[in-house]
Amino acid sequence: MAPGAGRCVIEALIDIVLLTFLAIIAVAIVRIRNLLAVTMLTGIYSLIVAVLFVLMDAVDVALTEAAVGAGLMVILMLATIALTTREERPHRMRHNLLALVVVVITGAALIYATLDMPRFGDPEAPAHVHLSPRFTQDSPQEIGIPNMVTSVLASYRGIDTLGEAVVVFAAAVGVLLVLGSGTVRRRKSGESADKDDKDASP
Amino acid sequence: MFIAVALAILVTLALALIRAFVGPTIHDRILAVNVVGTKTVLMIAVVGFIVGRPEFVDIAIVYALLNYIAIICVLRVFESGTLAVEPADEPEQGGGQG
Repeated sequence: MAPGAGRCVIEALIDIVLLTFLAIIAVAIVRIRNLLAVTMLTGIYSLIVAVLFVLMDAVDVALTEAAVGAGLMVILMLATIALTTREERPHRMRHNLLALVVVVITGAALIYATLDMPRFGDPEAPAHVHLSPRFTQDSPQEIGIPNMVTSVLASYRGIDTLGEAVVVFAAAVGVLLVLGSGTVRRRKSGESADKDDKDASP
Repeated sequence: MFIAVALAILVTLALALIRAFVGPTIHDRILAVNVVGTKTVLMIAVVGFIVGRPEFVDIAIVYALLNYIAIICVLRVFESGTLAVEPADEPEQGGGQG
């Protein structure tokens, strides 16, 4: 077997095993009631997705996924759990057949739609024929940044990236307002109750 | 050689996942997340060598840092029950066992 073929086989094997892990984790997230455990599992899910992104050569996407999915999101969910409860209340749901049918049909339509997409890494794909040559050939002279993803994000699409940053900033401010207001309120109401606390806890 | 290492990492990943699923205490699950994070780092590095792009090691190092921060936060929430700066403000929430 040629080394190239072996490399393809091992890459495909890693892909399949990791995707299987993802499916198993997703089922476990739905089944497990302990919210701290579910948060841990979502972190694991993000880490494995990030590995898949790296395997597909989307390194910047993978870094974002690892930072946001495995880092920031887990911390936000933990903060939420700390303010609420650690156990999901078990509730008996009758099985909704209509929902299942809708989900299956939508999933089938999406899978059918992927059949029209160009193969992964296909050099004849429309995105590689029309846009990529322009950026790969002209962006070093026009922008002067060696990394083309960066020059597209920061210069060609600079306004768009600024909008994204504004959205993320607004979301962060909103979260801080929601989480911070509780702290302030507790501290104000806690000042009068401070003595009680100190009496209760030596 | 690298392929054998990759297969071994996949097996370790599976074992860590089993620990995350059945882990009776939250400690087991935190440990499982940490192990999965470490395996992620190793997997990226090994795959980098398999596909002939050793610069993936740099990415793996960034992953190691992220994993570290997340685990620290998880342990802090687990120990003090809150992410607030003064944990004494918050009444203790429940017991230790998750």
